Amino acid sequence: MEQPILEVKNISIDYPISIGTVEAVRNVSFSLKEGESIGFVGESGCGKSTLGLSLLRLLRPPGMVVGGQMLYHGTDLLSLKEEEMRKLRGNNIAMVFQNPLTSLDPLYSIEDQFFETLKEHNPQITRQEAVERAGKVLEDLSIDKDRLYEYPHQLSGGMRQRIMIGLGLILNPDLLIADEPTTSLDVIVEAGFIDLLARLKKEYNISLILISHNLGLVAEIADRIAVMYGGMIMEIGEAGDIFARPMHPYTEGLIGCVPNIKMDQEKLASMPGSPPDLVTPPAGCRFSPRCPKVMDICREKTPVLQDYKNGRKVACWLYNEAE
Amino acid sequence: MEDLIRVENLRKEFPVQKSFFDQLFAGKKKGFVHAVDDISFEIKKGEVLGLAGESGSGKSTTGRLLIRLLDPTSGNIYFEGENLADISSKDIQKFRSKMQVVFQDPNSSLSPRMRVGDAIGHPLKIHTDLGTEERKRKVMELMERVGLSPAEFLYYKYPHQLSGGQSQRVVLARALVTNPEFVVADEPIAMADVSVRAMILELMKELKEEFDLTYLFVTHDLSTAKYICDRIAIMYLGRIVEIGNTRELFDNPHHPYTKALLAAVPVPDPAQRRTEEIPRGEIPSAIDPPAGCHFHPRCRYATEACSKGRPKMKEVSPGHFSACILD
Ligand SMILES: Nc1ncnc2c1ncn2[C@@H]1O[C@H](COP(=O)(O)OP(=O)(O)OP(=O)(O)O)[C@@H](O)[C@H]1O
Ligand SMILES: Nc1ncnc2c1ncn2[C@@H]1O[C@H](COP(=O)(O)OP(=O)(O)OP(=O)(O)O)[C@@H](O)[C@H]1O
Ligand SMILES: [Mg+2]
Ligand SMILES: [Mg+2]
Repeated sequence: MEQPILEVKNISIDYPISIGTVEAVRNVSFSLKEGESIGFVGESGCGKSTLGLSLLRLLRPPGMVVGGQMLYHGTDLLSLKEEEMRKLRGNNIAMVFQNPLTSLDPLYSIEDQFFETLKEHNPQITRQEAVERAGKVLEDLSIDKDRLYEYPHQLSGGMRQRIMIGLGLILNPDLLIADEPTTSLDVIVEAGFIDLLARLKKEYNISLILISHNLGLVAEIADRIAVMYGGMIMEIGEAGDIFARPMHPYTEGLIGCVPNIKMDQEKLASMPGSPPDLVTPPAGCRFSPRCPKVMDICREKTPVLQDYKNGRKVACWLYNEAE
Repeated sequence: MEDLIRVENLRKEFPVQKSFFDQLFAGKKKGFVHAVDDISFEIKKGEVLGLAGESGSGKSTTGRLLIRLLDPTSGNIYFEGENLADISSKDIQKFRSKMQVVFQDPNSSLSPRMRVGDAIGHPLKIHTDLGTEERKRKVMELMERVGLSPAEFLYYKYPHQLSGGQSQRVVLARALVTNPEFVVADEPIAMADVSVRAMILELMKELKEEFDLTYLFVTHDLSTAKYICDRIAIMYLGRIVEIGNTRELFDNPHHPYTKALLAAVPVPDPAQRRTEEIPRGEIPSAIDPPAGCHFHPRCRYATEACSKGRPKMKEVSPGHFSACILD
């Protein structure tokens, strides 16, 4: 069987803080084939960025992986030396971070940031070559190449976000982790970005982990979708299938919340309640306090991800019981 | 209804550097970004005016100009009868607590060393004489209200300990804590998830009624704009190309750019991918914008005449204006 590019097995991540431990990610497992794209969706604070950052070993302190394995082409990322990990970053695995302004250095021009990134992985590269490559990437992202000589504060929010995407792509990684890459982009630029990803996928067979709460965007890009809640994967499966037949009540709720411009809405749909406190998460299923279909067992025991048809997996007692 | 703000012929240009190569060999001179290129509109008291349009079209710049965080190149901005474009930056201070702003990128607008509670209470410290206890009470109340709950727990956290959505709520709370009259909300919910988004929009609506607030709501998300805005102005490369009542604009869009934007909104269903109507061409540069109508190189309806001069704003139905020669 073909080896997956990435295999994540039972990863758990904690943030120990003064009043206890934030259980940000719990027992997350998934795998990604070459050229495949997976979308992680879920409400704010459910651990999407934490999971993404952990793959590059860039967790913000005091975050730490407390269990599990992450195999990239079969190599356990957690056991690599920092030196080896640094080589992988950018060259092989790249990430587009969630906050475009804070991740760009305000003191350096865009040109410098591209040059530094390229130089770190190829010390021989000249400024001229760097500018040429950067200019080409910017063009792909509909940014004038004259913008290379500007500083982050001179660019609009959406441009900064595209610069971040450009810095992520410039080294031709084979795995790209994009955390909310289009939150500041208008729909037309976003459509251009989607085209670009489709092209990269076709031309370079790049694999993609897309983190977003924008289900519309995920629906357009991802082959598979993983729905996270309170640090856990609640449901995972083929994108079209999940939209057509959501199984987990949380997935159903999320899909119901997506504003649809084609319809008139007096009130925006929203899910009652708020995400759980991850220091003292609810017993049993973490979604049980907000679940419209909650049963007694849900408050007592945590359901595990179980296989169903078409590679779908669901962690919900509604189905576990039916087995 | 009376106008709270009236903007006349507002312009903002930023100087840009060309590459050394271009300056030397291509003979190109220092250029300008025409970030805001002669726009006029008014915002009525108690109204939510939406500003939508392409990335880099000048939405944030317009927002900053209105509250004089930036100085205009030319034009007038009347607020309560005074021309903000004319008064000195010292005199602008007395307007500061009446005008607040929520920025696009929550993390960069929060100081990493200030605890959440102190950050939200900071404007109260500057603009009011409330005591420490009273400030804290007010802040906690507002925190619970914007969904920063439990407040007594989050009050003492630092920005880096928050998720993206939580930071956005902090920034919103900080802007609303002084009960301003006018709020420029620059993509206030871009980072928030679906349920937070609904909650914050709902909250902004409620507060607007309670405190008679007026918003300039900058967004690139038309479904959000549709929900919260009374009127919407669509910007393209520094100019307003269409403005009108939200309903009217959605039911009866006139400008081809508005039509394209509406067609490009993603539908949450993988079976329905976006249509081919989306202009995929290169976005023209704001440094050397196309002649005539800025949109013509990407417009499927463009004719010769479109490159010949700036189209005038025409009233296509009562209160609904569009700048396209086809109208
Ligand atoms: N440095 C940190 N210290 C303590 N807790 C943290 C830290 N970073 C994140 N957390 C907590 O971990 C949980 C997961 O956060 P994370 O940023 O991964 O969520 P997310 O799913 O990316 O949310 P969003 O959609 O808002 O970006 C949250 O409860 C958050 O408060
Ligand atoms: N301080 C500055 N110096 C130079 N150019 C600037 C500055 N601020 C903005 N610009 C330029 O002005 C133009 C308009 O930017 P603005 O931030 O207003 O766009 P926007 O419509 O808010 O876009 P977005 O949706 O991407 O946030 C852009 O070309 C931008 O690069
Ligand atoms: Mg995140
Ligand atoms: Mg902006």
